[in-house]
Amino acid sequence: MKWLKRFGSFWYDFIVGDDWRIAVGVVSAVAIVYLAAHRGFNGWWILPFAVAILLSFSVVRLMRDRLP
Amino acid sequence: MHSVVLFAAAFLACSVEMVEALTIVLAVAVTRGWRSATWGIAAALGCLALIVSIFGPALSHLPINSLRLVVGTVLLIFGLQWLRKAVLRASGLKALHDEAAIYEENVAQLRAKGERSEHDWYGFTVAFKGVFLEGLEVAFIIVTFGGTQRNVGLAALAASAALVVVLIAGILVHAPLTRVPENALKFVVGIMLTSFGIFWSAEGAGVAWPGSDASILMVIAFVVGIAVGLVAVGRRTHVAEVASQ
Repeated sequence: MKWLKRFGSFWYDFIVGDDWRIAVGVVSAVAIVYLAAHRGFNGWWILPFAVAILLSFSVVRLMRDRLP
Repeated sequence: MHSVVLFAAAFLACSVEMVEALTIVLAVAVTRGWRSATWGIAAALGCLALIVSIFGPALSHLPINSLRLVVGTVLLIFGLQWLRKAVLRASGLKALHDEAAIYEENVAQLRAKGERSEHDWYGFTVAFKGVFLEGLEVAFIIVTFGGTQRNVGLAALAASAALVVVLIAGILVHAPLTRVPENALKFVVGIMLTSFGIFWSAEGAGVAWPGSDASILMVIAFVVGIAVGLVAVGRRTHVAEVASQ
């Protein structure tokens, strides 16, 4: 059980890393693109836009914490 | 065009990780001897080769769109993690990766362990872990990049080329490769992983990119723009933080 926990924790750190919100945001954005594409909407711009927002929020959140 | 970018991304990612692994191996070799370090490297490389040889061909049997959707999404999450750290390092909000400092720290820890027996398991384990964990990121990139492009061989070739270059540099310098612009390389690799993650996951989800394959260049340019913009904002924050101390 302990080994399994360590194994899971290793892969979590390896893929997801410090900010889990990015992972949740990416999965949600990809799901939206998938649903849109299968309803005939070619939303090629959605993922780049989502990445810009997710990365900016993650970095800016850290900056805000650091400011006096 | 894709093949060139694929080769470059795998080569750069592998170089960065190999430089880090070399630092650990050198620390082990200097303090505990080359024998345990060499066994550690050999065992780790064997495990990594096994992982690539199992998962690489297995991926080629999956339908290309499902593969791109899943692998692209994982690659995008993984790439954003790299890029986030790279942006924070470039803006001064996170300490830069310093191979000389890491080397000294490793040497001190290994020396603190004292006497070594005939079969130095401690030295072996540290070298194995260093090479295996750094190499795992490379194996991940080879399998995902190569699998999604149906060209694991090219990705593995790029990784081998990087291994040879770093090994030769390591043998010549015989010290941690502190002159390699590691933080800049990590920034580039983060951009590549993120861009390919966006491109493949969208394609796997059923999107048709305007301009087809050539749009990867637009995606890369877009990601570079965001990252550079965030670094500029981050530097201002860092200056304000330093001024307030």
